[in-house]
Amino acid sequence: MYRGLNEFQLKEKSNELRSAILEMLCEAGSGHSGGSLSSIDILNVLYNNVLRHDPKNPSWSERDRFILSKGHVCPALYAVLADCGYFDKKELLTLRKFGSMLQGHPDMHKTPGIEVSSGSLGQGLSVSVGIALAAKINGDKIRTYCLTGDGEMQEGQIWEALMAAGHYKLDNLCGIVDKNELQIDGEVKDVMDIDPLTDKIKAFKWNTIEINGNDVIQIEKAFREAAEYKGKPTMIIARTIKGKGVSFMENVCGWHGVAPNKEQLKSALAELNTGRREKDQC
Amino acid sequence: MLNVELHTNLNNPEMLPTRDGYGEGLTAAAGENNDIVALGADISSSTRVNWFSEKFPDRFISIGIAEQNQMGIAAGMALMGKIPFVTNYGVFLSGRAWDQIRTTVCYSNLNVKLGGAHGGISVGPDGATHQALEEIAIMRCLPNMTVLVPADSIETRKATMAAASIHGPVYIRFGREKIPVITDEGTPYKIGRAYCCREGKDVAIIACGSMVYESLAAAKKLGEMGISAAVINNHTVKPIDEASIVEAAKKTGAVVTVEEHQVMGGMGSAVLEVLAQKCPVPVKMVGVMDRFGQSGEPDILMKEYGLCSDDIVSAVKEVLQMKDAQG
Repeated sequence: MYRGLNEFQLKEKSNELRSAILEMLCEAGSGHSGGSLSSIDILNVLYNNVLRHDPKNPSWSERDRFILSKGHVCPALYAVLADCGYFDKKELLTLRKFGSMLQGHPDMHKTPGIEVSSGSLGQGLSVSVGIALAAKINGDKIRTYCLTGDGEMQEGQIWEALMAAGHYKLDNLCGIVDKNELQIDGEVKDVMDIDPLTDKIKAFKWNTIEINGNDVIQIEKAFREAAEYKGKPTMIIARTIKGKGVSFMENVCGWHGVAPNKEQLKSALAELNTGRREKDQC
Repeated sequence: MLNVELHTNLNNPEMLPTRDGYGEGLTAAAGENNDIVALGADISSSTRVNWFSEKFPDRFISIGIAEQNQMGIAAGMALMGKIPFVTNYGVFLSGRAWDQIRTTVCYSNLNVKLGGAHGGISVGPDGATHQALEEIAIMRCLPNMTVLVPADSIETRKATMAAASIHGPVYIRFGREKIPVITDEGTPYKIGRAYCCREGKDVAIIACGSMVYESLAAAKKLGEMGISAAVINNHTVKPIDEASIVEAAKKTGAVVTVEEHQVMGGMGSAVLEVLAQKCPVPVKMVGVMDRFGQSGEPDILMKEYGLCSDDIVSAVKEVLQMKDAQG
């Protein structure tokens, strides 16, 4: 599937997806709003304009792989997968409920399109390294993408995986750090500083690209550059705004693991300029 | 039922380390299946993974000293259809990477095989840090996990090859020291099927790993005292062979479990979980009693920690008293 959306369409799509995320979180009554909104532009560009994938055949062997290492922002991934047609959008409103295909953290056996179960931070990059290594051994032309959080970079295993990917020169691997600068206890730099992140990752023998991770054009350009770069894996350090798109959520760390109530949802949807959806809510 | 005397020369047994069986099994399985890959962690020769890497250099991936990453990379390779064998010392393999095994491997039910070397106190001089005594407990509590504790080198080879042939995560425990070879090519081996290697009517000794030999030696001594002890090689701790365990308990009315592992949560506990619910009989457990190990020669440690045939004989006598008291 390749939609090849233009800038305007991508922005529209991001708005739609943000609305879907907030609606499902409100219905669920719990979940991670801030990181879902900071990373949705990345997922939007990835699934519509970058990944080789087939929603009608999720296990297609030649698909590119996307690993969501920061599993808690699965509402963003679920919104994108539903929009691509992996499952019915109606499922989104079952998020986190008993019997739902949409678990609180990703379950590969319940949700079509999820490559691996995740939720315990720090593990997805190693899994991605394993996929990329196996692809090299097999001679498969697939690419592997992995999204981590900036707080997640505090996990030691991430640096083991960075070391291995650099060591094996995995240029079929592209990581993205959703660098929204906030985690549960406060600002990343205060909780446990990870900077200078780009220099550190470079030192682990990676190609690095810094972008505004909420700018769809910069995101798409970075993915293209990463695909063309040979001899090293690429890490896109995407500076983002936690809670992006909803003024009362933006840069507020209290919105990390909290869902909007009905009033907050109404006001958020209004801001996202989705009049039709707002009417549906009323 | 094979004649145990044909398979057990108790006085002068051939001695081989079970790690050799692992290296042979891994290499043999890899010869039959090109999807098998091995991930090394800087200890390839002591875990016998070097036997694989010498034969299949393109399918050996060096990870360095990084157990968590080793497990995650294996998971990724399994997602791509590979059958990764992750080998490491059992302590670090099971403990350092436990959350990776739980969340990424077992929850996803990935086809990753774990080779846990240096199992048990018989690791010896390296001391407590390197003596795996808890891994059976922390592996068997994980959904989707299969746990194998083969009794000798030949059985370890069979277990390793069998692990490669089934889907899903498997933990194989093996040791460093040479131990008696008590099975041969013809001895039946099937994952999930305990093997009765000696019949008896007074008590059933249910053992795994290196302790199967000690149990056979104990049974022989008991026989000389007029006590008829069955010995069951319970090589698959999970999924446990409920039917064989219940049958042995019904037949004998008393059970002794024997393992080179903490008694809390290990093979014996797994047996007791079955017996308590399906056939409660008097039980004694032989194993490490809530202690860490220490440096020392293996035979001295086995004695100090109560893991010798004489300790099993004592446990049998005690359990028979309990059985008699119950009338």
